[in-house]
Amino acid sequence: MSALAGVSVGQQRQAPAWRRQWQHFRYVTTANPVTLLAFIGLGVMIAVAILGPYLIPYDPLASLAEKALKPPSLEHWFGTDQLGRDVFSRVVVATRLDLLISVSAVALSFVVGAAIGAAAGYWGGWFDQLSGRLLDTIMAFPLFVLAMGIVAAAGNTIQNIVIATAIINLPFYARVARAEVAIRRNAAYVQAARLSGSSDLRLLICTIFPNTLPPMMVQLSLNMGWAILNAAGLSFIGLGVRAPTAEWGIMVAEGANFIISGEWWLALFPGAALMLAVFTFNLLGDGLRDLVDPARRT
Amino acid sequence: MNPALLEVSDLRVEFSTRRGTVAAVEAVNLQLHKGETLGIVGESGSGKSVTSYAVMKILDRARRIAGGRILFNGMRLDDADEPLMNDLRGREISMIFQNPRAALNPIRSIGCQIEDVLIRHAQATRHTARDKAIALLDRVRIREPEKRYHAYPFELSGGMCQRVVIAIALACRPQLLIADEPTTGLDVTTQRAVMELMRELTRSAGMSTLLITHDLGLAGEFCDRILVMEKGRVVEMNETVALLTAPSHPYTRRLLRATPHGAQTVRDLLPEDDRPSQLPPMQAASAAPLLEVSSLVKTYAAPPGLLDRLLQRNKTTAPFRAVDDISFSVGHGESVALVGESGCGKSTTSAMIMRLLEPSSGVIRFKGRDITAIPAAQFCASPDRRLLQMVFQDPHESLNPRTSAADAIAEPLRRLDGLTDDAEIRHRVETVSSEVGLPFDLLERLPHQLSGGQKARVGIARAIVMRPELLVLDEPTAALDVSVQALVLNLLADLRARLGMSYLFVSHDLDVVRLLCDRIIVMRAGRIVEEGETARVLASPEAAYTRELLAAIPRPRHRVGAGTSSRLATV
Repeated sequence: MSALAGVSVGQQRQAPAWRRQWQHFRYVTTANPVTLLAFIGLGVMIAVAILGPYLIPYDPLASLAEKALKPPSLEHWFGTDQLGRDVFSRVVVATRLDLLISVSAVALSFVVGAAIGAAAGYWGGWFDQLSGRLLDTIMAFPLFVLAMGIVAAAGNTIQNIVIATAIINLPFYARVARAEVAIRRNAAYVQAARLSGSSDLRLLICTIFPNTLPPMMVQLSLNMGWAILNAAGLSFIGLGVRAPTAEWGIMVAEGANFIISGEWWLALFPGAALMLAVFTFNLLGDGLRDLVDPARRT
Repeated sequence: MNPALLEVSDLRVEFSTRRGTVAAVEAVNLQLHKGETLGIVGESGSGKSVTSYAVMKILDRARRIAGGRILFNGMRLDDADEPLMNDLRGREISMIFQNPRAALNPIRSIGCQIEDVLIRHAQATRHTARDKAIALLDRVRIREPEKRYHAYPFELSGGMCQRVVIAIALACRPQLLIADEPTTGLDVTTQRAVMELMRELTRSAGMSTLLITHDLGLAGEFCDRILVMEKGRVVEMNETVALLTAPSHPYTRRLLRATPHGAQTVRDLLPEDDRPSQLPPMQAASAAPLLEVSSLVKTYAAPPGLLDRLLQRNKTTAPFRAVDDISFSVGHGESVALVGESGCGKSTTSAMIMRLLEPSSGVIRFKGRDITAIPAAQFCASPDRRLLQMVFQDPHESLNPRTSAADAIAEPLRRLDGLTDDAEIRHRVETVSSEVGLPFDLLERLPHQLSGGQKARVGIARAIVMRPELLVLDEPTAALDVSVQALVLNLLADLRARLGMSYLFVSHDLDVVRLLCDRIIVMRAGRIVEEGETARVLASPEAAYTRELLAAIPRPRHRVGAGTSSRLATV
């Protein structure tokens, strides 16, 4: 009888997992137009980051002296800079670098911060005390100045920008993870998992941590915006990515010199790209949270 | 009779969901007269709270009144605007909420919160408010009201908080009091004290009360008339005695039957037409006990303050003894109840037996082996882990919101049995699901997609899938509706008879315990005050505290006179 029932269950079983995920994604995006906008923005950014170099009309590094400082036109949509490079091509190409820096920095601080915070929240004790005070120390610095210091001391490479950005964002993840894990540490379902024979580490990783994802996702998307601004800011003041590489921060920095003389397009377009990116990531937060929250699935 | 104070006619409340609008409440008619207490009884989702929220017009955003009329003192409330409602709420109609601690602002002293209401409705000025607030605290029988005036909600017990909420609700002498499950979550003795206080105060002021509850016993004792709701509709309304003695609607009959008070066996709780066969008789318990607890102690020491530590002062505050030197045993196949009110240490005891908590001292022997020898953190690898399982109090809280029912049940198989074969796991999960009566098509669902009773079944299935020898049941039905409770209690009785498990049944509800347990252990303040055979303890309790607990169980008024607690023949 049970074999028979098993067959009928197999047939009745709901749509496969990816299909349900997709339905859920569609629901989350259609229920809130802002979320839809954010996901579209993210999709466009990722597409531009991947396909950018194949889409652009001009070589972003090729300078043509006779075309220097031309205002936006049909030929050069965003105008040209002081060396006659096409601003549009440079803005598009820069997407990949900026996104790469911010995504890897945020991923790094998410993984390390969540691990530290989760361990501190679960076991408490001396590790909690030690990590807590260490993170307080990081947060006590003006974060941007700290990042400047790290890059200036460790050397002006992309890798160091990523590490510096990751370090200054670390405390936020650690704090959120610590609080969320500490709330759930003694939840009934955690006790139940313990009765099912889960060890401490397994409980933390497989039972508690996934349940802290919704608030972590909000933190993640906010931090993506900050990370992009931070990377661009470091380049702006001359630390980090160096000219002539196309990067929004440097482009704004270089363009800023020309605003007084009326060549506004040099700084405006990379600045607008930066703003759109930060805007998109900030809007993404709620959508990401809904996406990973099982209670939103019906 | 003079016109009703509150008249609700053809009320319809809709709420919007992902799949369009659904009627939460439909065609509800009720009249409440001056000085009368009307009980609205129903299970969760019956629309009893929504009805009262509609009267107060505090429906949440997804819900709205879609039709019908609400007349209060001749005033239309259904289309009244916010300013009018603001003026009425608290002054003419007040409300007592389910969770008193959540209903009070945690960061303001209770005195200030009472003053707020008085001043808002011009019952007092800034100068007189304080005295009036203290007088109100005195009226709800809070001792030393001048001192308590400055207390914050977290400093008071649940019962005290509910008294403060009552004081706030009655501050402006409203004509109508809506009490939404005012005693759910309170101990039975506190429940009695709060309900009697509420009855006395409303009677002396000539107030009308709308008592919303899931407990027919409570409604039967404190209400003049009872209205029974099911699935958003009123199924029956009658005088209390008439309703309880001659219920006309089948749902009312089912509800009455499922109330454990007065039933002889667990089978009596189920409707007659779908009652399974009689329980097979239990085998006699063998002599050697399965579980032996001796001199078990759990203390919580208050950590020394920072200043004390810095100054290296050694202030000795006596540690709090949550469980204070208790000893008892549970035999093979025996069902033992651990009864007491919140804070008596019964849950701490069960957590220690389950090795979720390290005892301060004492020995727990399971099948003759001292299981306290293995630290709690390493107990997950012990072979005894599979034999000691537990069903948790809140079926919702105890399921991981991210795992499906099947995965929750399969978790012990994967961890404790090391099973990796999906087909084998599926087979075992389906076997145990059919044992607990969980339909297979629900197995893929996440906890929030299951009803309370279904979640309870998942929790029981997870606990028995390893075939434990001792099952600790921590108030397994406290969060369930009575009809679901009836099913779950029967399921537990069947499983015990079939699988020969021993139960340690932790509960505050003596009525439930009576049906399921052979022996009762009564705990108070960490100590055992009485222990004995169920029938003996209930019939002739020795400890004063046990008598107090028994007396606190709400009894419908007409049955008190009957003297015995026999089930009514008319049912």
